[in-house]
Amino acid sequence: MRYSGFRVIKEALTGHKGWTPAWRDPEPQEQYDIVIIGGGGHGLATAYYLAKEFQQKRIAVIEKGWIGGGNVGRNTTIIRSNYLLDGNEPFYEFSLKLWEGLEQDLNYNAMVSQRGILNLIHSDAQRDAFTRRGNAMILNGADAEMLSTQQIKARYPFLNTDDARFPIKGGLAQHRGGTVRHDAVAWGYARGADSRGVDIIQNCEVTGFRIEKGKCLGVETTRGFIGARKVGCAVAGSSGRLMAKAGMRLPIESHVLQAFVSEGLKPVLPGVVTFGAGHFYVSQSDKGGLVFGGDLDGYNSYAQRGNLPTVEDVCEGGMAIFPAFGRARLLRMWGGIMDMSMDGSPIIDRTHIDGLYFNGGWCYGGFKATPASGFCFAHLLARDAPHPTAAAYRFDRFEKGLMIDEKGMGNQPNLH
Amino acid sequence: MIIEHPLLGPRDAAEFTYMGDAKLIDRPDWQAQNAAREFYEYGYLRDNPAGWHEELWFHEAGDRSWLVVTRNTVTHEISKVELARDVARARGRSK
Ligand SMILES: Cc1cc2nc3c(=O)[nH]c(=O)nc-3n(C[C@H](O)[C@H](O)[C@H](O)COP(=O)(O)OP(=O)(O)OC[C@H]3O[C@@H](n4cnc5c(N)ncnc54)[C@H](O)[C@@H]3O)c2cc1C
Repeated sequence: MRYSGFRVIKEALTGHKGWTPAWRDPEPQEQYDIVIIGGGGHGLATAYYLAKEFQQKRIAVIEKGWIGGGNVGRNTTIIRSNYLLDGNEPFYEFSLKLWEGLEQDLNYNAMVSQRGILNLIHSDAQRDAFTRRGNAMILNGADAEMLSTQQIKARYPFLNTDDARFPIKGGLAQHRGGTVRHDAVAWGYARGADSRGVDIIQNCEVTGFRIEKGKCLGVETTRGFIGARKVGCAVAGSSGRLMAKAGMRLPIESHVLQAFVSEGLKPVLPGVVTFGAGHFYVSQSDKGGLVFGGDLDGYNSYAQRGNLPTVEDVCEGGMAIFPAFGRARLLRMWGGIMDMSMDGSPIIDRTHIDGLYFNGGWCYGGFKATPASGFCFAHLLARDAPHPTAAAYRFDRFEKGLMIDEKGMGNQPNLH
Repeated sequence: MIIEHPLLGPRDAAEFTYMGDAKLIDRPDWQAQNAAREFYEYGYLRDNPAGWHEELWFHEAGDRSWLVVTRNTVTHEISKVELARDVARARGRSK
């Protein structure tokens, strides 16, 4: 069923009886060409592009819970392509371009809102670093603009630019950045994949791999064995424990990241603002809630909930830059499990096991990567060659010293 | 989380800096034939289990001792806290 304004009006006049489920609920078949593990944004996007762009058939996505219940439904929905390094920036810019055409492509309202993202600057050193970053972005075809204090004041009049603890000396803006309705991304890709014949199998946990003579023949699941010529893993925070079942140790630690949303307010914040010096970032959802977050809790965790010292730290950062927000009440807070890699950048690569492919290490920034990650993983699965924008995301970069470390933090995952 | 410090008693985890898997105590032999490979695995690969995990916590805002904390990564429950020095010596490390 195609969605359109006409359809909404027609259904409104006929009691909304004509809507059908957006995807099927099929029984798993015995054998597929390609099985994707993980029905998050990346797994569903991979299946969608495999079917649509790479003409693959007989594809299944296997999800242990319900689609969209993982990080794709837990993040703070920011999209941007403001990276510095060669291995990253072309990939994230490719992703931002895919976001720009996504809703037409999927015929689904994902509420892609290019309201702009602003990184605040407080010192000369930060200005130098952000100028360099902005130039790297422009060289890679992205947009970037250095804003003066006055320009920032015009857009965010309530920011204290005179005598704050961290005086605002300007900012790096990416006007094409913004936010997207996160659940709708999972649902839109699921619907698009399903309509192209992909089986989305929910409530089916992968419990192991069947590997014989160095080749992966399929996956063991809570609903029986499912055979596949190729298996692609895209389970984000669960990467470590899933790949352990294939005997692999990864350059990844799982960490918890918390996010917060306030009660609904009238429009106050037109775009996304990041206050890096205070470890705080915020945007306002279309429902009016202030959506904000900060640093990781900082210890290995699979608990999907964090601890209070981080809550305090994030709120302190928020109060330092937006004292007025202290009047808003907190509505909800939650945690998600991040696949923190050793250099802060992801992996989209083959494993040493024939027929087994891996996509992970997205850290706290994988939502914005969803379209490109799906596209590039589909490219790798279909053609057995990396997509040009994802060619640096290899397993062996750690052994070869080819780290893609945006922050220069080294192999300390909780600092990326 | 409250960490039961062996010398100082119960301390708030916020006083500590988390330093990762306690396997980092077992530094490979730099003169071994396969030292490059071993150091790659030591530096970059992790077990990252869901469940019990022995890990290093540095008491940065306290007595600056290093601890080995056995903690469950699914429940955040802590079952054992030792001085990293004792653990390292028991494993044959000299200092
Ligand atoms: C609080 C928070 C804020 C964030 N903010 C941002 C942001 O502003 N911008 C941004 O770009 N990124 C952000 N992120 C990161 C982003 O959400 C993730 O990097 C991204 O969603 C991960 O990819 P995914 O959507 O495929 O993961 P998920 O949605 O987690 O998908 C993985 C799926 O695999 C399933 N699975 C796991 N194990 C198995 C198994 N054995 N068998 C079958 N299925 C299995 C899980 O149930 C899950 O549904 C944030 C994350 C969090 C937690």
